[in-house]
Amino acid sequence: MHIAEGFLPPAHAAGWAALALPFVAVGLGSIKRILRQHPECKPLLGVAGAYAFVLSALKLPSVTGSSSHPTGVGMGALLIGPAAMGVLGMVVLLFQALLLAHGGLSTLGANVISMAVVGPWVAFAVFRLLRPWSFRTAVFLSAALGNLATYLTTATQLALAFPDPHSGWVGAFAKFAGIYALTQVPLAVGEGVLSVLVVNVLLAHNAPQLRGLSEGGRLA
Amino acid sequence: MRMQNLLLLLAFVGLVSLSLWWPVRQGADGFAGTDGQATEEITRLKPEYEPWVQPLWQPPGAQVESLLFSVQAALGAGLLGYLLGVMRQRSKDAEP
Repeated sequence: MHIAEGFLPPAHAAGWAALALPFVAVGLGSIKRILRQHPECKPLLGVAGAYAFVLSALKLPSVTGSSSHPTGVGMGALLIGPAAMGVLGMVVLLFQALLLAHGGLSTLGANVISMAVVGPWVAFAVFRLLRPWSFRTAVFLSAALGNLATYLTTATQLALAFPDPHSGWVGAFAKFAGIYALTQVPLAVGEGVLSVLVVNVLLAHNAPQLRGLSEGGRLA
Repeated sequence: MRMQNLLLLLAFVGLVSLSLWWPVRQGADGFAGTDGQATEEITRLKPEYEPWVQPLWQPPGAQVESLLFSVQAALGAGLLGYLLGVMRQRSKDAEP
């Protein structure tokens, strides 16, 4: 989902950056609020950030013979809320853009929207929807669908910038989504499995901060 | 819970192993990244497109790049392990 440096036309790059800005601002507010009102949740902020950091460093092989990576932002959205993930996701993207030439500064806004905004919010919505039915299924599907949503957003962003000369945006979307979707499905399943595992470990340690999560709400 | 975690871990390792074994058997090689494939698709859709900015810095070579990716993973995993330890100890201390 990392759109490479310079691979969005300037107008598109600026548009996505402008769209991303308020989400990052709201995210900063949310993190400040968590730290002030729930200082006991500080370790959870770290867990959410560290988890995204690890997972987005792993380029995993997929059954399609391509490789791609999990995003790790879905589980964080459950722990500390989707808004705060806008900031933590951006930090991960900045690290990769500056040190790894993976993604880029000009495409940071677009990448923040897909990985740090759409992914976490989809994950959060899925969790809220399925939580009453089954807690672990909800964690699994929210991480998996958050991951897929991120990649479909990237495909949309690329399709809008590079419509197919014959079949237009729809055709271009089919092409980009085709590159990502099949490869991503097994990786999304993998991310879902790992996220349930980490949530299990967190709950086993009976972290008092997590009671809100297992009882059906987000905590902060 | 222990059992469930073990099964989850096995499922994850199994999924990655299957993904390594099956495509190679089918004759795939390289496991090219999807981000790179998307960039290639852009140059197919619009061959005259030139990226208008270059990365400020690029890792000199694939070895250095994989080093930096492992640094990223190691930093994250280290912090994650530390925090889990802190939370575990805190919940132990909180017990009467």
